Amino acid sequence: MPIHLHLADTPLDIMACIGQVTKPESGGVNVFIGTVRNATKGKPVLRLEFEAYESMALREMRKIAEEALGKWPVQAIAIHHRTGVLQVGDVAVVIAVGAAHRDAAFEACRFAIDTLKQTVPIWKKEVFEDGEVWVAAHP
Amino acid sequence: MRIKILAFGIARDICGSGVIHLEVSENVTAGQVKQLLTEGYPQLGQLKSFLLAVNEECAEPDTLITPGDEIAVIPPVSGG
Repeated sequence: MPIHLHLADTPLDIMACIGQVTKPESGGVNVFIGTVRNATKGKPVLRLEFEAYESMALREMRKIAEEALGKWPVQAIAIHHRTGVLQVGDVAVVIAVGAAHRDAAFEACRFAIDTLKQTVPIWKKEVFEDGEVWVAAHP
Repeated sequence: MRIKILAFGIARDICGSGVIHLEVSENVTAGQVKQLLTEGYPQLGQLKSFLLAVNEECAEPDTLITPGDEIAVIPPVSGG
């Protein structure tokens, strides 16, 4: 099965993602891990809260996976995203791609995270000492 | 017809609920619904942008809304 999607409010399993895309034919597995950073523009972040329009998010994640499989010679792709309250250092997203050769794995993985950030209906709110801000909502 | 609109993220905060109901004419378009929402909830107009999704696909302004459609307000996304 070449596409593995996951969206849930429980901690992500990076090794499971890698296992899902590593085939006997794979020579390289590229993994992107998005983590919760402790600051935004120098301001300390207490935590992030992620929300998803779940059914549409999974649809958009599938479109990304299908496009990646169509554009590059890759064997499998896993896109896993966590929702709910995440602390600094927690893993919010894992994208793993298995391919025969590393060029395709790198490029497909980059494409997947870049596109996810543009098109998938998931939102994060940064919580600071002095308030909360939905990221990128206002100009 | 009465339509139900899901609101997420900052749109949910602005609209005060994750579900909004609007009374609209038959053959209303997504563009018209966006307009109605902005009139009802002016803070939506202050966002960088927002989209309407109809049945889990981003709608064009002239996309027709039919009874039973699942409609959602999609503020700027920030996953990943």
